[in-house]
Formats: sequence, C-alpha cells, structure tokens
Amino acid sequence: MTEKETVDPQLEDFILAETQKQRFQVLVHGLTDTCWETCMGRPSNRLDSKTETCIMNCVERFIDATTFITRRLMNTTKYRSEAPLEFQ
Amino acid sequence: MDSLSSGSLSGVQKEELMDQVKQQIAIANAQELLTKMSEKCFKKCIGKPGTALDSSEQKCIAMCMDRYMDAWNLVSRTYSTRIQRERNNM
Repeated sequence: MTEKETVDPQLEDFILAETQKQRFQVLVHGLTDTCWETCMGRPSNRLDSKTETCIMNCVERFIDATTFITRRLMNTTKYRSEAPLEFQ
Repeated sequence: MDSLSSGSLSGVQKEELMDQVKQQIAIANAQELLTKMSEKCFKKCIGKPGTALDSSEQKCIAMCMDRYMDAWNLVSRTYSTRIQRERNNM
C-alpha cells in the first residue's frame, strides 16, 4: 500500500464497528423470524410468560445447534480431507 | 477506494459520510422489520382475504406488530446476554 492509499484509521474503525453491529442486527432479524414461527400463538395483549420462555430457549438452542453443526462438520474426516466435498 | 484514503476528506466530510452510512443502515433495518412484520402478521391475522381489511383484522395486525416488536427486543436481549456469557468463558 502506498502512502496515498493508506486507509483513514477513523473511518476504518467506524466501518468495522458498524459492520459488527449490523451483523448482530441481521442475526436478530433471523432469530426473531425462526422463534416467532416456533413459539407464537395468536397475538394477544402482551407476550405471555410461556411465549417469553419459549423465545429465550429458542434463541439459546438455535445457537447451540449452530455450534454443534459447525463442530461436527469440522470433525468429519470427509470435510477435513483435501478432496472436494461430496454429499454422500 | 479513493474516498477512504486519508487526507482526501475533511473532518466535516467525514462526519457527513459516517452519518449517511448510519442512516442507510437504519433504513435497511427498518425495511427488513417491515417486510418481516407484514409477512408474519398477514399470516396470523388474515385467514381469508375479504374485500376490505375489516376492523377485527386491523386490531389483530396492530396487536401482532406490537408482539413482534416485543419478540424482536427479547431475542436481541437474549442473544446479547449469550454473547456476553461466551466472551466471559473464553
């Protein structure tokens, strides 16, 4: 990188922070979608405690499932080998 | 990118750029929320589309929007608590 092309550190920090924040927002949109489908009955005057518990568990278990899947995929010898992925 | 090079933007221009980026992000998030709410609340409240949106359907949609916001905030809180917890365990 020549001196002229040096990235402005203030802008770089800003973009990094905003990207991080946006990644969080996107995940919350997706999780709300999934857990709404899983937990929500007919909308009423307030979120009842049963639905609240269901949503909180749904978020936690979704993250657990994603972690589990990631680990298992990484540990499968097939995926560790140099060979291209084969789904069989 | 030229516009990201140091020295090519004044402090005021930089502030403006950052404000614009923030605004665009806010718009994108509002659009996403609008799309999801429409999809979810249409599904919950309109079983059989009639010739007009009747008052009970409107009431249901209004309530559904509020509950969707509640759910969104609860998910956001739960998720950020989880991140915090994982960070502390590292």
